[in-house]
Amino acid sequence: MKEVLADVDRWRSEGKRVALARVVGTEGSSPRLPGATMVVSEAGEVAGSVSGGCVEGAVVTEALQVLSGDGAPRLCRFGYSDDEAFAVGLTCGGTIRVLVEPLDW
Amino acid sequence: MAGLFDVLAAALRAEEPVALVEVVEGPAEIFGAKLVVRPGAEPVALGSLGDPDLDRVVIRDTLGELAAGLSVTRHYGPHGEARARDVGVFIESFARPPRMVIFGAVDFTAALARVAKVLGYHVTVCDARPVFATRARFPMADEVVVAWPDRHLREVGPSLGPRDAVCVLTHDPKFDVPALTAALTTRVGYLGAMGSRRTTLQREERLREAGVDDAGLARILAPIGLDIGARTPEETAVSICAEIIAVRTGRAAPSLRDADGPIHRDPAGVPSPA
Repeated sequence: MKEVLADVDRWRSEGKRVALARVVGTEGSSPRLPGATMVVSEAGEVAGSVSGGCVEGAVVTEALQVLSGDGAPRLCRFGYSDDEAFAVGLTCGGTIRVLVEPLDW
Repeated sequence: MAGLFDVLAAALRAEEPVALVEVVEGPAEIFGAKLVVRPGAEPVALGSLGDPDLDRVVIRDTLGELAAGLSVTRHYGPHGEARARDVGVFIESFARPPRMVIFGAVDFTAALARVAKVLGYHVTVCDARPVFATRARFPMADEVVVAWPDRHLREVGPSLGPRDAVCVLTHDPKFDVPALTAALTTRVGYLGAMGSRRTTLQREERLREAGVDDAGLARILAPIGLDIGARTPEETAVSICAEIIAVRTGRAAPSLRDADGPIHRDPAGVPSPA
């Protein structure tokens, strides 16, 4: 979390809305521990990460949807066992749960 | 009034312990509800998970997780009942950063302080010699202290715990014997001392004379670092930090202490350091 604070401050001072994505659970082999954090500005700028790079693209899409939609937090699950494994799966075979929400609190 | 995130961010920037608690499983009306909890003589909790009883139980558990430095998901009933799984709460603990105290203001110290900063340590460099222990020589350290090691440890020793490290790089019995004997009275998780195999043996004798027993000597990783053939101060810093990680995680990695033969070998065919 700490590593993204400067970016959050800058985006907010520029009047941009920001979405926060955090790993809140993992099963099996996963590249990052719970608490790994990524932030996305409404302009599509990104800081931090939630995996080894495999699901970041999908998380950006979710984050932008959260900012443009009703603003309700959503829990996204990424993993090898998902149907979309080959699209946005983790290559290491684990599962991560990422909570994506607007940073309006 | 500052929002929850501002309170969280301020605590993180000040390196003060804080926890972020969020409902990640449960009824839609409380999904994403949050608490920000700060410990202390009078713990402070901001926000709510939507039920006062649930808040009370979760705040209590959060203070426990935070003290242990653990981030976990716990489950409760709607009013905080144990053994129920209606509500899943992710407790993310931001404990204070682990601390590294380095005794000896030498070239290896600067490299070790740099690598320790990469790993998130709060780094203190301590040396009794004011000419060497200067901010200008160690701009990467969080603190540079001019003091005798045992005196400094009398001050900070009681606050050192299993996540913290003490590295004695002085290789001078005048400094390293008092530093090590004082460090052994703390609960520090990693205690290492630099020196050749000969220095290490001589130091062991002096430590015994100073009243250190076998259990005390066994706590000291000396010669400090993993046996990875490190040569430069930077490589040595990596070998020390890797040993600290291995000690913390309980993994078997080849410590110099547990090997014999020369620490530095230059067999033909080993490329020079970068």
